[in-house]
Amino acid sequence: MRTLRFLLRKEYLQIFRDRLMVAQLLILPCIQLLILANAATFEVKRAQLVVVDDDRSAASRGLLERFRASGRFELVRPPVSAGAADEAMLRRVAGVILHVPPDFERELVRAHSAPVQLVLDAEDGAAAGVTLGYAQRIVADYASELGATLPRSAARRAPAAALDVRTRGWYNPGLDYRLYMVPGILVELVTIVATLATALSIVREKELGTLEQLNVTPVTRGQFIAAKLIPLWSLGLAALAVGLIVARLAFGVSIRGSVVLVFATASVYLLAALGIGLLVSTIVETQQQAMFVTFFIVLVYLLMSGLFTPVRSMPRWAQWMTQANPMMHYMVIMRAVMIRGAGVREIAQPLAALAALALAVFSLSVLRYAKRSA
Amino acid sequence: MSARATPPRRGAQRTLGAFVRKELHHIVRDRQTLAILLVMPLVQVLLFGYALRTDIHDLRVAIVDPSPDARSVRLRDRLEGTPRFRVVRTATTALALEDLFRRGEADVAVVLPARFGESLGRGEPTEVLLVADASDPNTGTIMQAYVRAALAGFEADVTPQAGGPVRIRVESRMRFNPTLESANLFVPGLIALVLTLVSALMTAISLSREKERGTLEVLLVSPLRPWQIIAGKVLPYLGLGFAITCLVLLAARLAFRVPLRGSALLLLAESVLFTIVSLSLGVLVAARTESQRAAMLGALVGTLMPTALLSGMIFPIASMPGWLQPVTFIVPARWFVVIARGIMLKGTGLAYLWRETLVLTGMAAILLVAATRSFHARLD
Amino acid sequence: MTASAARAEPAIEVRGLTRRFGAFTAVDDISFDVAAGEVFGFLGANGAGKTTAIRMLIGLLAPTAGTARVAGFDVATQAEQVKRHIGYMSQRFSLYEDLTVRENITLYGGIYGLSDDAIAARTRDLATRLELERELDERVGRLPLGWKQKLAFSVAVLHDPRVVFLDEPTGGVDPMTRRQFWERIYVAAAEGTTVFVTTHHMDEAEYCDRVSIMVDGRIAALGTPAELRARFGVGTMDDVFVRLARPGAAA
Repeated sequence: MRTLRFLLRKEYLQIFRDRLMVAQLLILPCIQLLILANAATFEVKRAQLVVVDDDRSAASRGLLERFRASGRFELVRPPVSAGAADEAMLRRVAGVILHVPPDFERELVRAHSAPVQLVLDAEDGAAAGVTLGYAQRIVADYASELGATLPRSAARRAPAAALDVRTRGWYNPGLDYRLYMVPGILVELVTIVATLATALSIVREKELGTLEQLNVTPVTRGQFIAAKLIPLWSLGLAALAVGLIVARLAFGVSIRGSVVLVFATASVYLLAALGIGLLVSTIVETQQQAMFVTFFIVLVYLLMSGLFTPVRSMPRWAQWMTQANPMMHYMVIMRAVMIRGAGVREIAQPLAALAALALAVFSLSVLRYAKRSA
Repeated sequence: MSARATPPRRGAQRTLGAFVRKELHHIVRDRQTLAILLVMPLVQVLLFGYALRTDIHDLRVAIVDPSPDARSVRLRDRLEGTPRFRVVRTATTALALEDLFRRGEADVAVVLPARFGESLGRGEPTEVLLVADASDPNTGTIMQAYVRAALAGFEADVTPQAGGPVRIRVESRMRFNPTLESANLFVPGLIALVLTLVSALMTAISLSREKERGTLEVLLVSPLRPWQIIAGKVLPYLGLGFAITCLVLLAARLAFRVPLRGSALLLLAESVLFTIVSLSLGVLVAARTESQRAAMLGALVGTLMPTALLSGMIFPIASMPGWLQPVTFIVPARWFVVIARGIMLKGTGLAYLWRETLVLTGMAAILLVAATRSFHARLD
Repeated sequence: MTASAARAEPAIEVRGLTRRFGAFTAVDDISFDVAAGEVFGFLGANGAGKTTAIRMLIGLLAPTAGTARVAGFDVATQAEQVKRHIGYMSQRFSLYEDLTVRENITLYGGIYGLSDDAIAARTRDLATRLELERELDERVGRLPLGWKQKLAFSVAVLHDPRVVFLDEPTGGVDPMTRRQFWERIYVAAAEGTTVFVTTHHMDEAEYCDRVSIMVDGRIAALGTPAELRARFGVGTMDDVFVRLARPGAAA
């Protein structure tokens, strides 16, 4: 115990004396949150629209007006020919082409139904899908508006819709993407800080030769690992705290559930993150390798965690794989607690899975570390 | 000795050759790093091609039906029969909804009013509440649209045929990527990411390591000039980046039929241009940092993060807030991603991409000069 | 303490110690004793197996065959006991450069179980002897190399180990500092610490009570410097070494 105290003191001294480490702790969360929370969104604010109006009627002009008034589309130039529109898309001036065919108005009056064509530049697929959604809504709204004003061929008025569907989006009524992204980014942040710092801190002692020095002292492996991991464990929690404060101040994103629960689950998750760092340190010799290996592992974990794409959209086999990913479980927990205000009871299942995984990863890496250097 | 006998220029070239060979040895000897550099892009291509999708194929619906009757059961059947929908709970009160959502066991709830069937039978407009878990706003919106469509279908079934409302049919076409394959979208960006990783990060770390170990000083007293030292460091990584680009393109082609509609030669040439920009950035980072770890952090924050986040490779630049969009102009990868997507997906050539190419060329020129200078200054 | 009993037996007792890496035999059946309080020089060309042998003696590497007892404990079965009673200074400077002199001393004092008072006393003592009073709260990384090495040695014997292993302790320092360094070694030996030292400097071999010379994993010669010089009929240890380590060069 006494030995551990001295070792811990050394680790903390080294951490706080290391300006890089402090920078990593304070600056990385800020930059990441500010950029990632703002950049990592598939929400499309304004799409560049070019119109090909082959009808040139009141109805087509009305549709155009609705697009312009929606605020979601920016008419980059007055209506053009189909060829010019095509060229505009290739030059990336236009992201969307709205093509109103000839006889649009006449068809509407005659059959109450007419087509329009939307061409979207899908090289940015996510954006294209969202833009299409906006466009469809504008067109649908315009159509129902027309239903009331259009001269009718039949005397009968269309009956009011039988169902009056009201929609409500729980937990995020303003549909703020940042609210959704922030918990996920915090998870990623804690992982990087803990995993990379662990791997680098041990490998650096390997490179410098101080590890060998410690190995010939009576310091046991258990003491060494504990002295390395306890400070980094607290560092991970500190990074989380910094991240939460930044999220609160910069985006007004706060924790709906219990703060204690957020930190308690983080403590469990950190076991896994630290364990992975420890594992990396046993398979590499240099800091450069440590960084590349860590980077690779974290990246795969991240992609398979549901941060960017929903886990439930993955094929079955991939979903099964994510079950073994502690980051996925922690992502689920963080989102549930922070966004939906879930309590222990509601997150019991993912928490149990996370605890089991964290324990497994941690003990595996500690065992491997001890064996490896024996 | 022989260097003294040969004319100075040829001697310098020969030393440069030896230096490049030494650097190549470093790369090839470190099997682990090399393996990761080769395997990482392949794993990413596979993940993005197979695992990472955004379409929703399993939508969990909860139904609250306080007074079940023939009509409400018909609505329930309708929802249950809709592909992608899975009814996870049917209850008579809305009490359990909150719990269900918090546990994350339902995505959408359809809440019918009391005496739903009666009201509908009288032909009155009947209010239906559609609650979606909008934690993820995009998914939430899409799910709402699916349920709305199903309800509209039900509506058409139960209401007698009338004159029919005005309909404008939207025929949409996703150009250049009709099925929105994520592999298609991602591969151009992945090339940028990998090139940044190989060139900027590797160069920064390997240069700063030589600085830390003092081997750089040995090179300095050799007849090599600063630009030759940089060239010697940089050339092997240029080759490595080139090889990995080809590997990624080949894998994407074979596994996912990612198209390469434009000129492969042009794409490779642009890749080399982009690599030069990244390498110069790596040299700059190494020149300005004192230790390997500082160089790592610098390269991470200065090159890799902007490439991943601000290049438009994953997140559309159009979606970023106004103040952030101009920031992307100084990210080289932003221009390269436009070029790579243009060539691969649209089949466009220099006629359309000259502006982006010009920007990259300008960046390459400025950064190369800055890198050589900063390096020179450090050494004096 | 069982000091008197321990003094009676050799500080290091090696019998048939062997280490193989696959088909390669790095250390091939070596045997020797080192008496308590002796300064023992362990010489050999690069790759002769010195480092492998040392690593087995300090418990970093398990022997393939044979036994070795250090400070009375078996290195294979009682490695933890061995570690309590030895000090080690590797050829790479291995104090923490980002900690101060005082913090390094405190750390190693704590690791070896010295009391807080003892640590404080040792720190004062060391500072006076090494003339480091003003640098006590200076980071070790800022000290000149010679001082670093003296400090590293002092830290290695901080806990009065029975045996201290020095792996090329004087690499890269000037002759003046080397001389001062050896004075410190003699002081430690006079206080009863056994010193096991490897070196490349043959003039340093002359300072040792006895030396062994390793060639290809075996001990080719063992004795006092005077005995060895006489046996090979040469004037300096340098010549002894060249005779043994590079027979071709001598012929």
